[in-house]
Amino acid sequence: MSEWDELFRENILDHYRNPRNRGVLEHPDLTYEDANPLCGDRIRMDFKISDGRIEEVRFSGHGCSISQASASMLCEEIEGKPLDEVKKLSREDVLEMLGIELGPVRLKCALLALKTLKAGVYGLPQWPGEEDA
Amino acid sequence: MVPAPGSAPAPAPARTFDARAVRAQFPILREPREQPLFYLDSAATSQKPDAVLQAMDRYYSTCNANIHRGVYAIAEQATAAYEDARRRVAAFVGAGSPREIIFTRNSTEAINLVAYAWARSTLRAGDAIVLTEMEHHSNLVPWHMLAEEWNARGTAIELRFIPITPQGELDLSVLPALLADGRVKLVSVVHVSNVLGTINPVVEIARQAHAAGARVLIDASQSVPHLPIEVRELGADFVAFTGHKMLGPTGIGVLWARREILEAMPPFMGGGEMIREVKLSGSKWNELPWKFEAGTMPIAEAIGLGAAVDYLTALGMDAVFAHDRELTAYALPRLAAIPGVRLMGPALERRAGVVAFTLEGVHPHDVATVLDRDGVAVRAGHHCAMPLHEKLGVPASARASFHCYSVPEDVDALVRGLHRTRHVFGS
Ligand SMILES: Cc1ncc(COP(=O)(O)O)c(C=O)c1O
Repeated sequence: MSEWDELFRENILDHYRNPRNRGVLEHPDLTYEDANPLCGDRIRMDFKISDGRIEEVRFSGHGCSISQASASMLCEEIEGKPLDEVKKLSREDVLEMLGIELGPVRLKCALLALKTLKAGVYGLPQWPGEEDA
Repeated sequence: MVPAPGSAPAPAPARTFDARAVRAQFPILREPREQPLFYLDSAATSQKPDAVLQAMDRYYSTCNANIHRGVYAIAEQATAAYEDARRRVAAFVGAGSPREIIFTRNSTEAINLVAYAWARSTLRAGDAIVLTEMEHHSNLVPWHMLAEEWNARGTAIELRFIPITPQGELDLSVLPALLADGRVKLVSVVHVSNVLGTINPVVEIARQAHAAGARVLIDASQSVPHLPIEVRELGADFVAFTGHKMLGPTGIGVLWARREILEAMPPFMGGGEMIREVKLSGSKWNELPWKFEAGTMPIAEAIGLGAAVDYLTALGMDAVFAHDRELTAYALPRLAAIPGVRLMGPALERRAGVVAFTLEGVHPHDVATVLDRDGVAVRAGHHCAMPLHEKLGVPASARASFHCYSVPEDVDALVRGLHRTRHVFGS
């Protein structure tokens, strides 16, 4: 296996096979769902928010390994964090979490979770990294 | 000769060609690359031979001028080259006259031309259009738009669908019932499915449609590039195809239609060249085919398409079809032997050079991403046929497709890549 294969297995597949924070919340303060029409990936995120913090977050949905793994990583990252800190997460942060090189098409898969988070919690519906476009 | 497409399977071809020699004429396949390219996405767009690139280059570098206007020498040369391309395309598909060949941007525009110029001037409230469940979005959305527009103003028209079987073939047993009430004015079907490769029995569909008083549009985007086609033998009234899938450039497509239908149709777009006489109060339309070619056309692209048609003619479309078929026969058992691979589509005898599949437990986008690491280019997704995927119960698929330059090594690379994908995913 190549180095890319190894990285893919270690980073992506671990989260894809054993997703953290997968599921739904009983009484969420906020629910948001988004999709990538290009490939049909779909992610829903449920949030419990109090004292300016993301107390709990769960994701559900379906799609390729990259969209689902990045959702798992993102949820793990943001749970318990203050809203203003979470708001600063950028596309670079997500790519760093994924840790493998991706072409522009798969980038959308990787960013779907962050897009869902930003649209749901902050009302920012653009693709992360394309806010000014 | 291959029999009329849509009827019996092909006998052994009279002519064959060496795909390796063909590859030497395609710069993208010939030039050394950092990573080898195993191009298996010809159903999305084909690669282009030198002859096409050179023809376009020659136009720009020797006689670039607008057509049908200038009286000077290079304008006449450009006009002659453009109209000569039309004659070649007409001969290639067996049109009754070059006047029946309308240049468009692509298949999509050709189908929209029919939807706007013919359907909107011909249909009446209460009429129906028959489509199929395996259409590309370009033969669905124009009719959705028409139906929505008409329904909104109270002149409802109905869309009906020929269903598909689980094997991905049209279930023609329902066609008589769909046509029975005499309200169907158009039957619009894809000749070869871009997802499944299914070759549909369009001759039989056209026969039944005509008997019921309907016109017939055939989306030949995937058939004109791969099978010998004689439009008049298909029994259709309209045939749409697109240059970039048949070794030609992007930006040029064709609508063929029977002359008397085109004569009776109003124009599609208004502008320069499509008129004979313009007064401030109104205009008189130009004659065929220019009535439908408003504004400056993609001249270089039309010339490129003419060269593509010459190239395909020299190979022989019967030989192109036989080559695709041979590769498909090579690919199907090798793919089927990979654990977890599920092939979609009909038996070999009823399919063109397209193989769609899924790999258990791995999303098609992930399949395509891992394959791409080895230079294997396949398409992943719904291939602009979401209703078809929904019907077959798979959200998306991966697809390999061939053309005259494809070789068994491309298939071998795909098979190796799929084993590697299974390994990466630990399945
Ligand atoms: C069956 C079919 N119809 C229509 C089209 C649309 O072709 P174009 O995008 O060139 O208009 C395609 C190509 O993707 C196709 O495969």
